[in-house]
Amino acid sequence: MLASDGVSRPDAALIADLRARIEGIGGWGPQPEHALAAQSFGVDEIDAVLPWGGLPKACIHEVAAADISAAAAGFCAVLLARLANQSGTVVWCRRKDGLYGPGLAAFGLDTGRLIVVRARTDKDVFWAMEEGLRSGSLAAVLGEAGSTDSIALRRLQLAAETGGVTALLLRPAGAAIVPGSVTSRWRVGTVSSVPAGTAPGKGRAGPGRPRWRVELRRCKAGPPATWLLEWRDETGGLAVAADLRHRPAAPPAHGVGSRLAV
Amino acid sequence: MTTAAAIRGGIRIAAVDDAAKTAGIVPGLTLADARALLPDLAVTEVDTAADRRALEGLADWCGRYTPWTAVDEIDVYPGDNGGGGGLWLDISGCAHLFGGEQALLDDLVGRLAAFGFAAAAAVADTAGAAWAMARFTEETAVVVQPGDVATALPPLPVDGLRLPARTVEALSRVGLRRIGSLTVLPRGALAARFGDIVLQRLDRALGRVDEPLSPRRPAPAMHVRLAFAEPVGRADDIALATRKMLDELCARLAAAHLGIRRLELALYRTDGTVARAAIGTSRPVRDPDHLHRLFREKLDGLDVGFGVEVTVLAATVVAPLAPAQTAMGFEPREHAEVVGRLIDRLGNRLGAGNVMRLVERASHVPERACRKLPALVGAPASTCDEDRRSRQPRPLQLLPWPEPIEVMAPVPDGPPVIFRWRRVQHRVAAAEGPERIEPEWWREEDGHDPAHRSSIRDYYRVEDAHGCRFWIYREGFYRPDLAPRWYLHGLFP
Repeated sequence: MLASDGVSRPDAALIADLRARIEGIGGWGPQPEHALAAQSFGVDEIDAVLPWGGLPKACIHEVAAADISAAAAGFCAVLLARLANQSGTVVWCRRKDGLYGPGLAAFGLDTGRLIVVRARTDKDVFWAMEEGLRSGSLAAVLGEAGSTDSIALRRLQLAAETGGVTALLLRPAGAAIVPGSVTSRWRVGTVSSVPAGTAPGKGRAGPGRPRWRVELRRCKAGPPATWLLEWRDETGGLAVAADLRHRPAAPPAHGVGSRLAV
Repeated sequence: MTTAAAIRGGIRIAAVDDAAKTAGIVPGLTLADARALLPDLAVTEVDTAADRRALEGLADWCGRYTPWTAVDEIDVYPGDNGGGGGLWLDISGCAHLFGGEQALLDDLVGRLAAFGFAAAAAVADTAGAAWAMARFTEETAVVVQPGDVATALPPLPVDGLRLPARTVEALSRVGLRRIGSLTVLPRGALAARFGDIVLQRLDRALGRVDEPLSPRRPAPAMHVRLAFAEPVGRADDIALATRKMLDELCARLAAAHLGIRRLELALYRTDGTVARAAIGTSRPVRDPDHLHRLFREKLDGLDVGFGVEVTVLAATVVAPLAPAQTAMGFEPREHAEVVGRLIDRLGNRLGAGNVMRLVERASHVPERACRKLPALVGAPASTCDEDRRSRQPRPLQLLPWPEPIEVMAPVPDGPPVIFRWRRVQHRVAAAEGPERIEPEWWREEDGHDPAHRSSIRDYYRVEDAHGCRFWIYREGFYRPDLAPRWYLHGLFP
């Protein structure tokens, strides 16, 4: 009698409670307090779009490279530098050699704060990331992995929440995007720079400031967006490219957006 | 069954088994004579390297008795003075673990016999006396009580002094066959006639002078040993035993104000082989929890074979570590300490060389300007002063080796117009350069690649039509008769 009553007329408060608990289990609901802390990009236009007022900490952000250049790695280096300046050490896990200290330093990442981990397999990359995230003593952990799966992402998300450490997942160009519990998903590629000025005597101009097309393709609580950013050596920060006279923002490259279901 | 080798200008018997011995064949006999005694004698050529390996394996196995073991460096085939190789074991302070010296020797000889080795062992105050007693007494396990060397040695033959065969012959020619007959002779005459070596060996055997011997493995600063009543094979049991030993070791380290930098676990398997696992730490540690966690990764990969009888945990490298105050109601989580532990865990699973710090140093050559140092050794200071950085743009990714590219470029010097890298063609939209980088002539010998040594590089920073930036260079000076070689060396963001 009582049971059938419960089924036919469910208690609204009970349902709400259950829903909240399921959201809590799934990691999609309200985050713990420290997860809401955010790291500002130093670019007002981006901070304004993100619901947290910056890049939320203690969760995973996936940054996919749009092309073979190191633009996505540079974008990550900028983020790591901003995260590290506040509380210390960052870890960069990858399978290959090739990170170059002077180049990283140019983007504000102090190599004294960086630990580079070289792993043999993607599995080891994820293991090292998880260890770093769980230790709770780092400012951020970056991992470069060609393949992921939703279980690995889920483990990383839990580790990031446990340790209160931000995780960046850098995906090479062409890597398959798998659905998973990442808080935000970015795609970074290069855009032709505005020439620095014609060199006298030579016919052609040197490359200008690096320009990146940064797409926020998915964000848990906000709309997708695209920016054209420029790295400024003189200020040591990113800024939205001001001078668009020569070239409008390129259309979405290579049609990848259409096969991406997010 | 015998083995033979070329000794003293002829093929001679080097070692014999019991069957050959009863037929009258002794080491040192020429092969022809031996064949005359026993026509169907089985002879194998001596394999010194394999014998040496076997002895080293046994020396490792003897680590279950004492951490100080060594292979006898004297000629493995002394011919006719007892034959066979030898092992040294320093059992000072270890015998009580086995119920006394005699019990230790009986245990050792018994186990060796079970492996199929005919062994004899002796314990004495000096290495020389133990050597002689093991070889020239009838018993297989002899203990010379402390202070008794002077009475035990004289009846033994002079061969027991580890003298060269020629000296032994010379001594026996004049009737000096026993060690006792040497001790009563005037020392000056003995040295003048037979050389200093006789006196030296005599003094060492009698303990008048010390004999330096080197252990096969460095003797650990501290070690803990655990013997099981029954061989254990389960990983959980090994992990538990490791934990128990770590607790004991860390307690002793705490008393000595020391911390571990390197720790080795040896598992002595029932089949006489040893499995080892070693861990290193980035800073002195004596926290059993942390050390146990490091070992857990390693234990998974260890093969315990048919079971483990004895485990030994040896602190091979230790460093001073002051006592820390921990009991204040909160967990000590000093930042550097926690990062150090993370480095330990990563380094012990992935390899210490794979957890690195990038250190800049003053060099113009790009591949030399950034050095990778193992993070385990701690954060080194950069040798590069601040204002040197970012004077010229440098790529974020530097290829481990410059990759050759096909280039269309104006001669004699100019940036390329089109280049092809990894089978993709890039049209250059903007270029900057050249930045000429000359090799460091003072480092000619250790140039990273002999093929590229002594060549000047003209670097260009180029941007292709899509905005991708590359760091490419032309090698060497322009020569009209030779097509220039171009390489891609790095990627800019």
